Amino acid sequence: MTASRVHMGAVAYLLVFLWWLVPLPAAAATDNAPANADGHAPRVDATAFDYGLRARELAAGVFVVDGANADFAPASNGCNIINTGFITTGAGVIVINTGPSLRYGEQLRALIARTTTEPVVQVVHLNLHPDYFLGNQAFADVPRRATSLTQAGMQREAAGYANNLYRLCGDWMKGTEVLLPDTTISPGLWRVGTRVFELRELRGHTDSDLVLVDTASGVAFAGGLVFVNRIPTTPHAHIDVWLTSLSALVDPQIKVLVPSHGPVRGDTGGLEQTRRYLTWLDAAFRDAALHGLDMNELLRASVPAEFRDWAAFGTEYTRNVAHLYPRYELIPLRGSEVR
Amino acid sequence: MSSLLLMAAGASRAVTADEFEGDPFQTHTWADMRRFFLGEGPVQFDSRVEVLGPAFAEDPMNVPITVSVTALDQVEQIVVLVDRNPIRKVLEYFPLSAAPSVAFRFKLEQASPVRAAARTRDGVWHVGGTWVDSGGGGCTAPTATRKDGTWPQTLGNVSARLFPNSPASGPVQGLSRLRIQVMHPMDTGLVGGIPAFYVNRLSVRDAHDREVLRLNAFEPVSENPVFSFDFPGVVAGGLRIVGSDNSGTRIQSRVE
Repeated sequence: MTASRVHMGAVAYLLVFLWWLVPLPAAAATDNAPANADGHAPRVDATAFDYGLRARELAAGVFVVDGANADFAPASNGCNIINTGFITTGAGVIVINTGPSLRYGEQLRALIARTTTEPVVQVVHLNLHPDYFLGNQAFADVPRRATSLTQAGMQREAAGYANNLYRLCGDWMKGTEVLLPDTTISPGLWRVGTRVFELRELRGHTDSDLVLVDTASGVAFAGGLVFVNRIPTTPHAHIDVWLTSLSALVDPQIKVLVPSHGPVRGDTGGLEQTRRYLTWLDAAFRDAALHGLDMNELLRASVPAEFRDWAAFGTEYTRNVAHLYPRYELIPLRGSEVR
Repeated sequence: MSSLLLMAAGASRAVTADEFEGDPFQTHTWADMRRFFLGEGPVQFDSRVEVLGPAFAEDPMNVPITVSVTALDQVEQIVVLVDRNPIRKVLEYFPLSAAPSVAFRFKLEQASPVRAAARTRDGVWHVGGTWVDSGGGGCTAPTATRKDGTWPQTLGNVSARLFPNSPASGPVQGLSRLRIQVMHPMDTGLVGGIPAFYVNRLSVRDAHDREVLRLNAFEPVSENPVFSFDFPGVVAGGLRIVGSDNSGTRIQSRVE
């Protein structure tokens, strides 16, 4: 445990002393996901299973395809909650993540064809989570690349992901089958056509979080390391490692951070938001454990207003507690940190 | 109001003309469950039996449930039942001199009511519950340490801590809390080739060797279970934790 961590914990203790006695307002128990505040959320046509994907050019040839800032919701967003991307290189298009379903993959590919005359030449997956690769069937003819850790993780988890998304998203998933990446990608400089990308393999959100930086424009696709106005997802998270990775993203070379979830802004502000949330979460869960709270008491304890207002709070925070609190609650029982 | 509906044994159908016997969740399983697990004694749905859980099971192998019946006097036994689990009885808790509340996690096979029935000294069962949604698969999937084979290294190990101020303490009554983890695979017997293997009994004794609480656990309790118990006032002189599993492994520990 670092000195700064101890200090932070002590401050948090003073701030949140007896905080669990404050009940949550009833509304917090349900999902109160706000609409995507920046207006780029796609307009979904649920009868035609049309995600309404649109390409938005962040820098010359660098496109983001915005998803809804929400939780999976078939009626309102077709379970499209991810920002994917594609980049022209002069030697073909690089696609960054392929979305949650076969339909998404097909519509993304059609959108790319409407936007540029360059053919798709490669797909890159930034981590192992389902909406990063379940659209892969539409990209079966090109190399699909991920780090070796991400490839192994996808192989392990893919069947469960597909089952779960079929259950949550229904017919939007029709025809979707798992098609894994087939080529390994490694960190370092990566030249394609006129582009020079820098690939950084960080960790903490998952065991392998790839960040793709377009060195010319300073646009970085940050994957799941950065969330904007949205509660971070944590099924494979290690908070301390994640915080270290966020520090590594503070870099004058990076001018725009594209989060996988939450509105894409023309800056790096999501980084501080994510850092604030994770820092609070770590201190609050540690404090709860030291006071003997069980999981249900923690679920009903107060959460700062800033975070309660973020998208998917009602469901994602419940998941945060389920994923992470079991490790924290054992610290006072065992008298040591638990991995 | 359904929560005040009191049923006399045998006459219930004629009196209520309600095939659900007043069950707020209206499951067709309840009438049989009531007879099988609670017998023919009087049963009432009662909002004073508080059952807290998450709205949905993010991890169906570890669904947290907190039962609190502190609004009722003279609670002698609490039984936790899950309608749609292949094994419905999760645990029986005898608070003895502890508070009538217990927290734990369990394996949920599919979305279901989770119920607690508290028997007061007059023989009446008071029943409360909550609904937990789930993607399914909690009882019929192997647990983590069973999958990776590490369970024998820690079998029966206990970690425990006494917290002098329980988070459940009220403005008047001060409670202390015991949290305890027992390392155990808690196999349900529903995974092919792995027989049922679970902690079946835990007992906590005070410095005078008086039993202060007793818990009978069953197959649905989660792997490496963590339990929370509350005691009125301060526990002096430490506590001894003893127990066993269904193949006779002894569990013994102390907490100061």
